Amino acid sequence: MIELVKLSKTFSTADGQVEALKDISLRIEDGDVFGIIGLSGAGKSTLVRCINLLERPTEGHILVDGRDLTALSSRELRKARKSIGMIFQGFHLLMQRTALENVCFPLELAGVKRAEARRRALELLELVELPDKAGAYPVQLSGGPKQRVAIARALASEPRVLLCDEATSALDPKTTRAILELLRKLNRELGVTLVIITHEMRVVEQICSRVAILDGGEIQETGPVSEVFSNPRSEAGRRLVLPEGEKIHVLPENRLVRLVFDGAAATEPIVASLAARQGILLNILSADTHAIGGKTFGSMVLGLPQDETEAARALLYLREIPGLTVEEVTDYVF
Amino acid sequence: MFSEGELELLQKIISQGLLQALGETLLMTFVPTILAFVIGLPLGILLVTGDEKGIRPLPRWLMKLLHFIINILRSVPFLILLIVVLPLSRALVGTTVGTRAILVPLVVAAFPFVARLVETSIREVDPGVVEAAQSMGASTFQIIWKVLIPEARPALIANFMVALITIFGYGAMSGAVGGGGIGRIAVNYGYNRYKPLVMYFAVILLVILVQLFQSAGNVLVKKADKRIR
Repeated sequence: MIELVKLSKTFSTADGQVEALKDISLRIEDGDVFGIIGLSGAGKSTLVRCINLLERPTEGHILVDGRDLTALSSRELRKARKSIGMIFQGFHLLMQRTALENVCFPLELAGVKRAEARRRALELLELVELPDKAGAYPVQLSGGPKQRVAIARALASEPRVLLCDEATSALDPKTTRAILELLRKLNRELGVTLVIITHEMRVVEQICSRVAILDGGEIQETGPVSEVFSNPRSEAGRRLVLPEGEKIHVLPENRLVRLVFDGAAATEPIVASLAARQGILLNILSADTHAIGGKTFGSMVLGLPQDETEAARALLYLREIPGLTVEEVTDYVF
Repeated sequence: MFSEGELELLQKIISQGLLQALGETLLMTFVPTILAFVIGLPLGILLVTGDEKGIRPLPRWLMKLLHFIINILRSVPFLILLIVVLPLSRALVGTTVGTRAILVPLVVAAFPFVARLVETSIREVDPGVVEAAQSMGASTFQIIWKVLIPEARPALIANFMVALITIFGYGAMSGAVGGGGIGRIAVNYGYNRYKPLVMYFAVILLVILVQLFQSAGNVLVKKADKRIR
């Protein structure tokens, strides 16, 4: 179990003090897949670097299985780090070593004999489904395989925890899915706890069971993914989960209507005729219609006027047009 | 075009002294370069790791002192250094003339230069890779030995060749003050006794050697660098 207790980190820069993390407390259970999501600049990378003390917090403690990492000597800390693996957005592979030699690296650090290290490295490459790339240098691999090598390397010291710092952010959607599937497999089969740092909702949705939302260096809310994402309580949570929500708020209309054209007469311009005959002005928010053989197909979203009676009259008028389906909508995506 | 007897002199030099001169030149090039790396490699690495943001920061006054000493040594022109260092030569190799005596000022002149070359090579290593190694629990020594030096190897080899050719040039220059090798042939016979044919011959030989070193260096770098597909 990882416990972060009242963690703060302040950087001194030329422009003064910057509070990257403020009073962060978190608890990550063994075997969990825990997401930490936030926009860039929220302090995610600083937070994850504090977990293995690549970044030393200004205040607070990191307890791994009850042991306070901040109290360890540098030798003990190096030993403790071997049980916390880490992968990165930029992979950070040794460019002058083959995939196999990269996986051997942490084993060499631990003093494992060469033959034994190679044998275990090959097993690990098999585990990450990359056995045929053992002799390839990083430059010969694309993003997905590179991250697989990095995962194998991080697992070589048999860590209990794997920190993933934007591990899929440099990958295309298909590769991202494959890497996340691999991580989930490792979590299930090896029981390794995953801490997933990301700015992407879909990453958290696909793999995490619990999530913390980080904004302005503070934890805004935390809980099971299904709860937080279906009903975000914090302002930052709503901004992340409902990015379109803001756009709808700024629209002048309170009611929207979607018209579906199913062969209505294209000769009659609807919006123009509403204005000319009824004196009602509508906002076109989006339109995707095609005229085929004198008839109109497609859809259009209109904003109804603020005035209730005018809005009702407009709806009545629209509903009488043949070949046109009219429905009121509460939100839509541009 | 050439004065009488010049061709005979050249033939005599080629048949009698050339092989020895070539040997001296190679000795005056490789030995000081290697010795300069023995001092300059650890020093250059220290300049990176001891940095404020390095993996093992050292006291700031110490780093400033190191940079200062290196800058001072690098700004003294080689010919002046050659004379200033003579007492040190006498103390270390027992003489102030000849090939052996020249080795001392060559090393003194070259190691600060080499330290800077090593520093820039090591700085090229991706800090992310160093961070990854730290996350795996690597010690400072392990990071230097297993990450910084191997990852910078192509740059180090390229810079070894830069140092080698610079020291080669210094060595030829030292022919003017009692150093041996092809430089001495150029100066003694070609310049002092005004035998242009001998001088041209010596200079062309030096040019060919530089070309050889550079080509060998390029091949080695290409072979060593696994970032080239």
